[in-house]
Amino acid sequence: MLTRRDKLTVAAMIGVPLLLDAAFVWIPALASVFLSFTKWTGVGSLHIKPCSEFPSAPGIPQPGCLYGVQNYKQAVTIYPDFWPAVQHNAIWLLVFILIATPLGMLFAVIIDRGIKGSRIYQSVLYLPVMLSLALIGIIWELIYANNYGLINTVIGRNGNDNLIDWLGNPHLNLWALLVEASWRQAGYVMVLYLAGLKAVDPSLREASLVDGANPWQTFWRVVFPAMRPINIVVLVVTVIESLRAFDLVYITSKGNPLRGLELLSVAVTQNIVGETQRIGFGSALGVILLVISLVPISVFLYQTFRREER
Amino acid sequence: MAVTTVSTAELAPRAHPVRGRRWRPGSAAAQLFMIVMAVLWLTPIVFSFYIALRPKSETDRLGYVSLPHHLTLQNFTDAWTQSDMWRFFLNSVYVTVPAVIVTLFLASCFAYAVSRLSLRFNIPLLILFTAGNLLPQQVLITPLYRIYLAIHLPVWMTGSGLLYNSILGLIVINTSFQLGFCVFVLSNYMKTIPREMDEAAIMDGASLWTRFWRLTLPMCRPALAALATLLTTWIYNDFFWAITLISTGNKRPITSALANLQGQFVTNQNMITAAALLAAIPTLVVYLLLQKQFIAGLTLGSTKG
Repeated sequence: MLTRRDKLTVAAMIGVPLLLDAAFVWIPALASVFLSFTKWTGVGSLHIKPCSEFPSAPGIPQPGCLYGVQNYKQAVTIYPDFWPAVQHNAIWLLVFILIATPLGMLFAVIIDRGIKGSRIYQSVLYLPVMLSLALIGIIWELIYANNYGLINTVIGRNGNDNLIDWLGNPHLNLWALLVEASWRQAGYVMVLYLAGLKAVDPSLREASLVDGANPWQTFWRVVFPAMRPINIVVLVVTVIESLRAFDLVYITSKGNPLRGLELLSVAVTQNIVGETQRIGFGSALGVILLVISLVPISVFLYQTFRREER
Repeated sequence: MAVTTVSTAELAPRAHPVRGRRWRPGSAAAQLFMIVMAVLWLTPIVFSFYIALRPKSETDRLGYVSLPHHLTLQNFTDAWTQSDMWRFFLNSVYVTVPAVIVTLFLASCFAYAVSRLSLRFNIPLLILFTAGNLLPQQVLITPLYRIYLAIHLPVWMTGSGLLYNSILGLIVINTSFQLGFCVFVLSNYMKTIPREMDEAAIMDGASLWTRFWRLTLPMCRPALAALATLLTTWIYNDFFWAITLISTGNKRPITSALANLQGQFVTNQNMITAAALLAAIPTLVVYLLLQKQFIAGLTLGSTKG
């Protein structure tokens, strides 16, 4: 069917995007896996030989070499940020799943029922979704500020002797940032569920109500299961967004991660932009992120492409 | 299989409740809840405007939570004149405009090829693109950083002589990274366009390119408009790529430059806030004018029946 010229066109239409995606997404992702088994400062070349063959002498930089699983071992045993980061990423995910997502879903359900002013509510609640996380970090500093801030002033804890250091205290700052992050995430989830609710066949709901189910039962037993595709999208978005969390921490910490705000994504970045680059170690942390993210990604791909195979 | 893409009209809230209802305590509670939430949601934004409009000397004396004596735009003009804000904005334009156009063009090409032609590797290719877009950026950054340092380009192209620390580098990574999402959305959208159209055009002897460019692409206008709005916001709001792949402060686009301004104006929170709000103007314009497009873009990829 295709002429020679058409075939060339197809080759270009597929080839150029594929080349970009391979060169700047998949090759880096796979290279992370390889580099995670090496030790390399980025200075000098990378050799495919075990590190034991390069004696390290003070003052002489060791070239890149194969390091086995040492990076992973160091990460879980001696790297002080690792376990706090894992814990904080897990908390981030839990807050998104237990608070931001149900809140967003509730907003969507109420707006979908068409209560008075629902258009305005919708516009207000998703406004934060449009804002950059950098901006969100900056404007929330006014809310959390020590002496002048909105919260401390309102609750009367703005004197130098009794103030609450929301962003500096390592026991509080993660939670303070999670409020900011949820403020944005709930609006995102709301928008997704609004679309999901509109895709549910209204006769399903009617039938359930006619059968005597109350609205609560109708939602959980009929509407919610019918939104399965959206539920999966929301789940994927939630997990990925909590693994990607970075901007808020960077802005709030002014570039130097504060104690209490360690995250895997931040740790990866610190190992490449710092003065001493630890390419292998940073990659190992990246691979850990990769492995975790492959779980929701696989679920999404399975759900999405399963039917197309048939 | 039916693929439903949500049109912008469907996204508006229902004008009428599903069933006619009497007044019930439930709706009053819902109304109250939504009012409280809307107020809570607006507080940070309104509060930040309020602080940005007041001189630092006044808030230093009275705190942020106090009645205003002076309301002035001084912080905004100071933020603008005391930094290279115009340059940061220009950088954002140089990155965002080409990145959005190239991404949409390449994604349309790719989506057309995999959704219209029966190629053997259609599904694996789509999976590759979709999955790539879902990876956390930090998974890619370490090798990407080395790749960017290793790619040498003529100085007239990038200024730095490398892909690292260049506007071109940011265009490339934003394009590559966003391709996956756009391919996914557009290929689903194109599948809803009847194949008969294509077949009729083949009878008329139209080339593949003509069928794509003249026939299919114009029919994808709603999806392209929604994606363009979404991509513009996302790329404009990008922080991570610019922080890690640009080392020179004055080459940064505005969103990531906020981190520099934060350092520069460190003693004047009112001015930092004013700068941040200035940086948000383009997104606020999108919010006011293209709300529906933005929401449609977010939901286009997610509703498949």
